[in-house]
Amino acid sequence: MNLVIVDYGIGNLRSLINAFEYIGIEDISISSDLNVLDAASKIILPGVGAFGDSIKKIDALGLRDILIHHSLVKKKPILGVCLGMQLMANRSEESKGSEGLGLIDADIVKLSASDKVPHVGFNQISPNKNNSIYSSFESQPYDFYFTHSYGMQCEDQIGQSYCDYAGGFIASFQVNNIAGVQFHPELSQKNGLNLLRNFLENR
Amino acid sequence: MLRKRIIFTLVYSDGFFFQSRNFRIQKVGNLNWLEKNYKFDKISPWIDELIILNVSRDQKNIKNFSVDIKKIVKDVFIPISAGGGVKTSEDAKQLFENGADKVVLNTILKKHPDNVEKLVSKYGSQSVVASVDYKRLDGNLRVYINNGSELLDEHLDDYLGIVQDLGVGEIIVNSIDRDGTGFGFNLEEIDEIKAIVNVPLIVSGGAGNQYHLHECLKMNGVDAVSTANLFNFVGDGLPKARKYMIEKGANLANW
Repeated sequence: MNLVIVDYGIGNLRSLINAFEYIGIEDISISSDLNVLDAASKIILPGVGAFGDSIKKIDALGLRDILIHHSLVKKKPILGVCLGMQLMANRSEESKGSEGLGLIDADIVKLSASDKVPHVGFNQISPNKNNSIYSSFESQPYDFYFTHSYGMQCEDQIGQSYCDYAGGFIASFQVNNIAGVQFHPELSQKNGLNLLRNFLENR
Repeated sequence: MLRKRIIFTLVYSDGFFFQSRNFRIQKVGNLNWLEKNYKFDKISPWIDELIILNVSRDQKNIKNFSVDIKKIVKDVFIPISAGGGVKTSEDAKQLFENGADKVVLNTILKKHPDNVEKLVSKYGSQSVVASVDYKRLDGNLRVYINNGSELLDEHLDDYLGIVQDLGVGEIIVNSIDRDGTGFGFNLEEIDEIKAIVNVPLIVSGGAGNQYHLHECLKMNGVDAVSTANLFNFVGDGLPKARKYMIEKGANLANW
C-alpha cells in the first residue's frame, strides 16, 4: 500500500504522520506532486485553518482536478480530516465565494451559538456501522477529539454520524471510497488509531 | 456530550523542566528526568491534552524549544499546545511544524494584538489559545504579562473581554497567587471569571491533588483544568487522579 498525505502547505502534519508510523505504515508520502498522487493507493486530505485559504492553496498547486479524478473516477479510498473533510463539500459559510471540491453534496455552516464555539474537546459519537472506517467499532458511543467552529450539514444519506453539539452537525460520513471525519483521529488516543487502522486495512 | 478535560502543563526553559511557585521557578530535571518520571506515551492515555510552556527569561529560543517539543510528543496522540515568547507568525509556524496543534499566546496579546488577529485568520480560532496570568492586588483581580513581571492597567474582567475580541479559541487563566502552591484552585475567583468568558475556559493554578481537579472541573462554565505540578503528580499520579474522578462521575472521555 502506498499512502499519500496531501501536502498543500498547511503546517502541522506531525501528529498524522506519527499516528501512521505508530500503526506500522512505512510507505507514507507527504506530497502535492501529481506523480506521487498517481501512484497512491490511499489518500489523506488533512486540514487546519480557514476554508478559503486552503482551497486557494489547493487550486494554486493544481490539485483540484487531480483530487476529484482520484476520488470520483479512480475511486481511490480518500479520508478528509477536520478541515480536509469540509473541503470535500460544496461550499462553506466561513469563506463565501470559495468553491469546495464537491466530492460530497453537503454544505459547511457556522456552528450554532447555543453552545460554546469553537467546539473544543472530546465528544461522543455513535459510529455508523455501515462505514468501513468503523468496521472494528461496537455500536456504543465513542469519544473523539474535536476542535472547529464550522460543521457539515446534509439532508441526504451519506452514511453520516451526528455529533449532538451546537444544534448538531455531521461528525463523519462515508460514501463508498470517500470518507470524512470532523474530529482528529490522530489526537483521539486509541479510538482514533483504530479508525485510521480501519481506513488502511479496508477497501 | 462534550467532555471536560484534564490538562498537564510542562514548564520549560533551555532544555530543562521546572516547578513554578508563584511564578518563581525551580529546576527539576532535563528531558531524561522527564522521560524517567513522566513517560508520556504511558501517561497520555490519562490526560486529555498537553501544554508545553517556554518560560525562559532571556531571549526565548524557539528553535531549540521546538526540537525538544518534537522529542516529547513522539507517540503521544493527544492535542499539544505550545507557547512562550511567541511574537510573530514565524514563531508560531515553527511551533506548528514541530508538533504543536495549538499555540499559546500571552504577552503578545497586549503588545501586538494585530499579530494575534493575523494568527487567528491564518490558522483559525481553534489553533490559538490565550493565556492570562492574574493576581489579586488591593482586592482587585489584576493582569500581569512578561512571565508575571509587568502589571497592566486593565483589570482582569476588561482584559478577558479584549482578549476574546481578538478571536482566540480558548482562554487559560492562571492564578499567580495559587501557582504551584498545591492549595487548590480559588473557586470564588473562577466563579467571577467564568461569567465573562464565552470561549472554552481552562483553569490553572493551585491544583495539588485529584480532589482539587475534581471540584473545579465540576463547575459549569469550566471546560478544562490544568496542573503544572511536577512533584504532586509524579509517577502514576495522573492515572490515579483520572480514575478517581471517573469513579466520582466526572464527565471525562473514555478510550
